[in-house]
Amino acid sequence: MRTLTYARRTARGRRLLLLAAAVVAMLATACSGAAAPSGSGSGQAAAPPGRDDKLTVTVYSKFTSREYDVVTKALNNLRVKYPNIEVKHEGNQDDDKITQSIRGGNPPDVAISFYTDNLGVWCSNGSFQDLQPYIERDRIDLNQIPKAVRDYTVYQGKRCAMPMLADVFGLYYNTDMFAKAGITAPPKNTTELLEDTKKLTQFNPDGSIKVAGFLPSMPFYANQAQYWAPNFGASYFGPDGKSHLADSPAWQAMFQFQKQLVDFYGGHEKVEQFKSGLGDEYSADQGFQAGKLAMAYDGEYRDAFIKDQAPTLKFATAPAPVLDSLSAQYGGGFTTGTIIAIPKGAKNPGAAWELIKQVTLDTGTLVELANGLKNVPSTTASLTDPKLVADPQFKTFLDIYSSGKLVANPPSPIGDAHLKAVNDFAERWLAGGVPDLTAGLKQVDAQINDALAQKPTGG
Amino acid sequence: MATTLSARAAPPPAPAAARTGARRYRTAAMFMAPAGLGFLVFFAYPLVATVYYSFTRYDLINPPQFIGFDNYLRMFTSEPLIRTAAYNTLWLVVVLTVCRVVFALGVASVISRLKAGVGLVRTLCYLPSLAPPAAATLAFVFLFNSEFGPVNRFLKLVGIDGGLWFNSPTMSKPALTLLALWGSGELMIIILAALLDVPPEQYEAAQLDGAGPIRRFWHVTLPSISPVLTFGVINSIIYALQFFTQAIVAGSAAAGSADVAGNSKYIGAPLNSTLTYPVWLYVQGFRYFNMGYAAAMAVLLFVVSAGFTWVLVRQLRRSSHQEETV
Repeated sequence: MRTLTYARRTARGRRLLLLAAAVVAMLATACSGAAAPSGSGSGQAAAPPGRDDKLTVTVYSKFTSREYDVVTKALNNLRVKYPNIEVKHEGNQDDDKITQSIRGGNPPDVAISFYTDNLGVWCSNGSFQDLQPYIERDRIDLNQIPKAVRDYTVYQGKRCAMPMLADVFGLYYNTDMFAKAGITAPPKNTTELLEDTKKLTQFNPDGSIKVAGFLPSMPFYANQAQYWAPNFGASYFGPDGKSHLADSPAWQAMFQFQKQLVDFYGGHEKVEQFKSGLGDEYSADQGFQAGKLAMAYDGEYRDAFIKDQAPTLKFATAPAPVLDSLSAQYGGGFTTGTIIAIPKGAKNPGAAWELIKQVTLDTGTLVELANGLKNVPSTTASLTDPKLVADPQFKTFLDIYSSGKLVANPPSPIGDAHLKAVNDFAERWLAGGVPDLTAGLKQVDAQINDALAQKPTGG
Repeated sequence: MATTLSARAAPPPAPAAARTGARRYRTAAMFMAPAGLGFLVFFAYPLVATVYYSFTRYDLINPPQFIGFDNYLRMFTSEPLIRTAAYNTLWLVVVLTVCRVVFALGVASVISRLKAGVGLVRTLCYLPSLAPPAAATLAFVFLFNSEFGPVNRFLKLVGIDGGLWFNSPTMSKPALTLLALWGSGELMIIILAALLDVPPEQYEAAQLDGAGPIRRFWHVTLPSISPVLTFGVINSIIYALQFFTQAIVAGSAAAGSADVAGNSKYIGAPLNSTLTYPVWLYVQGFRYFNMGYAAAMAVLLFVVSAGFTWVLVRQLRRSSHQEETV
């Protein structure tokens, strides 16, 4: 009896062992096979659809509510040329969702991203298809787009996106406060910016800040390293592709200037106290809109926010002040923007390219989008189109855009990891947590270079 | 001899009985199959996959490349922010766990002694736990705003300088802990149920023996509800180890942009004091596309969580055994 039971147990044990082995094998197979979604990316341009072809082009974007309607209408302009193509626009799809859809093998035909930060990653890992074959086939002259804007849609020579609309950054200033302080023109360099800040700042009787001339806190609103850096001539990577912030006098100048501002206000704690009372960046309580900031860096889109949320505010715009020694650069500024691409595995790449052409190169559609979204249209023809609505405040940004002095972030294989590292450092620096600026920047370099080393192209 | 006789005497199993046994085995297996399948798909597979990916360089799009222990080496040597993230999470594990269990126990004890309005108070205490984390965090950021927030205004009335709360690297985690306490209604309800389950005779007997309220709580209440408290501790540790949405929203708000979780431009403000371990894991995996490294971080998190749980469960078994022996 004992022998029989033992034998039966042994047999059952073997069966269980076999089952376990099968499960482990299945899991292991599943793991290794999970990585490669199907899709094209062959480097050959897909044929455009026939005029009467019936198909649906899916588009992912992060646009919502009013902006969603504006973009959907513009996307549907494709139907003038292709009346049987249906454009299915899915809003509220952020970069994570775009990546997940590509990863899952079910991407949209067209992906629109608000940021350029992930472009380097998407380009380097093949998430977006190379658009160069389409550009060559259709003989498109990309010189109609400013160089900086062309550059932020290319990674290591591979054009994997097109610029849809651009954001341009400049200085907003409160004209009532300027008049009251006797300032007649916006500051053009950092010395003037500091002087004007001192004149415009108001303190409460207890010494706390009532109105800040210009807030140096970073990261806060558009006070982020990427928006400031061009005004100081600072760049992130050296010719070897690695981070060299510690060797750069430009970064040192930027951080020293920030420190001067913080010291003027009476220290970091006081600035933080004031900052905590300012409203959210996109609320009606935003610091500049609420009259608590006399000057602020911001994008052209703030113009629309002010007119909608603070219509009584008297303000004007100007190019951002630059470091004293960079006066020749005045009139330019930082640019970034919305990008549009064909993901790997898109089912209708030919139609997707036709749609991309429509919203990135067609002047009428670009002007329609720019007027609706209050962004800068990306081509030179659309900038001068008479239908483009541009009040004096908005026109400043159009001028910056066409100045030939635009600067964009270089696409990087580490996404925005380098930007976070610099912004983190700025925060520590302003809080007095960095005794030695150069040594601190060396640590930032090490952090960025460590991130770069994780990428096959990085080091 | 006896064994031999017994073996000889035992008849071979009847074929009908064997068939019945096999049928019962199959039926049981069939009933267990959904659970087993769920375990395989939702636990075993992700676990095995995570361990596998942790030894690879994997960008979510291209096939993973095996790189051995490089991700683990990086974690312990060259990557600086993981230490900050681990410290923040450890801080939450220690402080938040203790505070959450003590707070829930305190509230539950008060409710269990109420004579009237129990239902209303219980509901009011439970309701905050139903609030969506992002909305609750934004509400707290407003309440604790150093300039115009009602909390600081009240503190100022009584002569206390409330501080910067979510805008201060030293106070952001205590502020997040207060937020977690406000939303600990679920645990409170569980502890309340355990408190109400303590036999009243035990209190009467202890009272007859001359035990005061503190001794009754210490010698009657606590031992009776200790399994539930252990569950509360484990639950709170896991809650702290997974602290994500509130940290992201609070960090974004401190940087002036209360964007929804996942879309946030800036994470960790002020001074990375709200950068928790799961947040950094998410950033590494889905922002920087370092899924191999993120998987290594997840494995470490799993090992630590399992370690905490194992120690606590062991402790619970030991204390229950001691109780039974006494």
